[in-house]
Amino acid sequence: MMLAALAVMALGAVILGAALGYASIKFKVEGDPLVEKIESLLPQTQCGQCGYPGCRPYAEAISKGEAEINLCPPGGAEGVRKLADLLGREAKPLEAEEKPKQVAVIDENTCIGCTLCIQACPVDAIVGAAKQLHTVVGPLCTGCELCLPPCPVECIAMATIPETVDNWKWKYPVVEVRKAA
Amino acid sequence: MLQLFKFKGGVKPATNKTQSVTLPIAVAPLPSRLAVPLHQSIGGTPRPIVQPGDKVLKGQKIGEADGWISSAVHAPTSGTVIEVGLYPAAHPSGLTAPSVVIEPDGEDRWIERQPVDYKSLEPETVRELLREAGVVGLGGAVFPSHAKTQASKSVPMEELVINGAECEPYITCDDLLMRERAEEVVRGAGIFRDLLKPKRVLIGIEDNKPEAITAMTAAVKALGSEFAEFQVVPVPTRYPAGGAKQLIRVLTGKEVPSSKRSTDMGVQCFNVATAYTAWRAVAHGEPVISRLVTLTGNVGEPRNWEVLIGTPMGELLHIAGPKADTDGIIMGGPMMGFLVPDPKAPVVKATNCLIAHSPALFPPKPPEMPCIRCGSCAQACPHELQPFEMYWFSRAKNFGKTQEYALFDCIECGCCAFVCPSRIPLVQYFRFAKSEIWSREREKKAADSAKSRFEFKQLREERDKAEKAEKLAKAAAAQAAKAAAAAAGAANAPAEAVTVPADDAEAAKKAAIAAALERARAQRAQAEPRNTEQLTPEQQAQIDEIEARRAQAGATAAVEPPETGKNS
Repeated sequence: MMLAALAVMALGAVILGAALGYASIKFKVEGDPLVEKIESLLPQTQCGQCGYPGCRPYAEAISKGEAEINLCPPGGAEGVRKLADLLGREAKPLEAEEKPKQVAVIDENTCIGCTLCIQACPVDAIVGAAKQLHTVVGPLCTGCELCLPPCPVECIAMATIPETVDNWKWKYPVVEVRKAA
Repeated sequence: MLQLFKFKGGVKPATNKTQSVTLPIAVAPLPSRLAVPLHQSIGGTPRPIVQPGDKVLKGQKIGEADGWISSAVHAPTSGTVIEVGLYPAAHPSGLTAPSVVIEPDGEDRWIERQPVDYKSLEPETVRELLREAGVVGLGGAVFPSHAKTQASKSVPMEELVINGAECEPYITCDDLLMRERAEEVVRGAGIFRDLLKPKRVLIGIEDNKPEAITAMTAAVKALGSEFAEFQVVPVPTRYPAGGAKQLIRVLTGKEVPSSKRSTDMGVQCFNVATAYTAWRAVAHGEPVISRLVTLTGNVGEPRNWEVLIGTPMGELLHIAGPKADTDGIIMGGPMMGFLVPDPKAPVVKATNCLIAHSPALFPPKPPEMPCIRCGSCAQACPHELQPFEMYWFSRAKNFGKTQEYALFDCIECGCCAFVCPSRIPLVQYFRFAKSEIWSREREKKAADSAKSRFEFKQLREERDKAEKAEKLAKAAAAQAAKAAAAAAGAANAPAEAVTVPADDAEAAKKAAIAAALERARAQRAQAEPRNTEQLTPEQQAQIDEIEARRAQAGATAAVEPPETGKNS
């Protein structure tokens, strides 16, 4: 009787163990899903202002606990808050100051057509060829500023995206505060 | 008699319509300058096709529709284009928008107008014509009308609703239009009827406009059997009965879910003024360059005027004689309109009414009090939403939750704010939340596109690197093989190579060159035809004959080129 009980338990252990082993191979998760979630909250400017070479490396560093969540200036305070919500960490103030959204603009009179900025642009938002005038495709530019340092003639400037009727937002209603009578 | 349905909620504000209906429609005087914004409809911004200095005629196209959901814009009078650029827009932001500024020459000369008999045209051609004439929904939403004239493929069209309800206080332009130009409104609705082929056409008019109802009924009767399926239906006066979904509900009992188009329910809705402009465009060749605008509020002579698109609002309001304490202009009605930040802003296709604002007429709202969750707003909401919940989450900037409460079904009619005992500006909160959500969606889209571009760039760089490395490896291998061959050649070479071991490298190079020359010679030998050597005399004679013929043919061909492609 005792033996039968032991045998049943042992058999159960073998079957369940085999099932678990099979499942761990069959349903193996490639990569870390947390990294994907963190990355989807980052603004994808690929600017490296956080100290990591792109948004994904920064996401990986955050998921490993190596990096703080307040290193992304383009994400802004809003981005820090979202990361804090996702990770259950405390929202800290942003390391750098928040800037309005910008795009790079090439001064056509100064550009010498050296292609250095084209190579630096992480999102292929600059078009041009050797000894030809380069230009920034505005809607594709993420404002990462990575094209500024390589330019030998300093012909690239950052311009703030102006407010237009299309991107204008209704303001938060102002609550009037009055002294109680 | 048609059985009417009810929509939930709604309010009954003071209508204030009687002031502006006493006088007939008048044509507004030509302003000193017209600024026609290019973007006057939902959809793509039309591209300007005129330049400063160009002379334009009345009705000449100045902006080309960009994409199918877009609508052309036209010069409202003849004159000179003095600027194509940014100009204050008829928009609550007070920002500028791309516009064409025209200085009228006072002649008001038309382009050549081409009336067409639309019944002989393909429906697709008629739609194109409406798009080119700039016909858009003049009820306020300015959606391009041609894009609304396509019936659903699976659901047969049952009702076409023509919206003459005009529920918002103060506004009377549709009322006057129906009173004075009823026949053309009905004929215009006939165009939509012929494109959509519904079973019935229901013209809904609020029962506080008996003159319009009489005029429209008479017009339908006078037009006879061709318009037999038309029916003028008085609907109870209750704001917002003129909302498209509300009027459809009242007339047909159908509720259009937010995920569907009204054509998916077999019904479509057009404003009466839209029908009128469609008729003018088709039967008179006149694009939409003017519209009726009610000038009312704090003015001496409230009245409806036929106004050219692009007329500066401040200048226009002047003809109604604004009283001394006027301190602003409201575009639209008091429920859904907005204060125009800059009186230079022009009248656009969406401008149905300008109200002179004064503190006496619209006293400032007492301060906002806390929400007491009384639920009045939910009872007043014609869309059966829960404004107090949406308010709560908008205020807390919890936008995901606002969408769960169907924020985007809100038509911003203002009923909730109208009944709120705490005087909370609910609609402002909803507008804030909506524009915040839109902006986030734009950012998300931009981030996704940046990510995919970044990933592609990385992929490309890696691929380039791999290709380069492969190329280099190949070249190195070739070099090595060559060097080996040269070394072997040098070993077998005659004595001189051996006698000058000092010039080993040079000798190897020379040997390589020699080998290359040899290879080239061999290649050339291979490429040359081999059957031309060792010919028999007969063959040579044949060749000579052919050559002679060819020379002759060439000579004639030079004089008279042979006809080619006859059989192709």
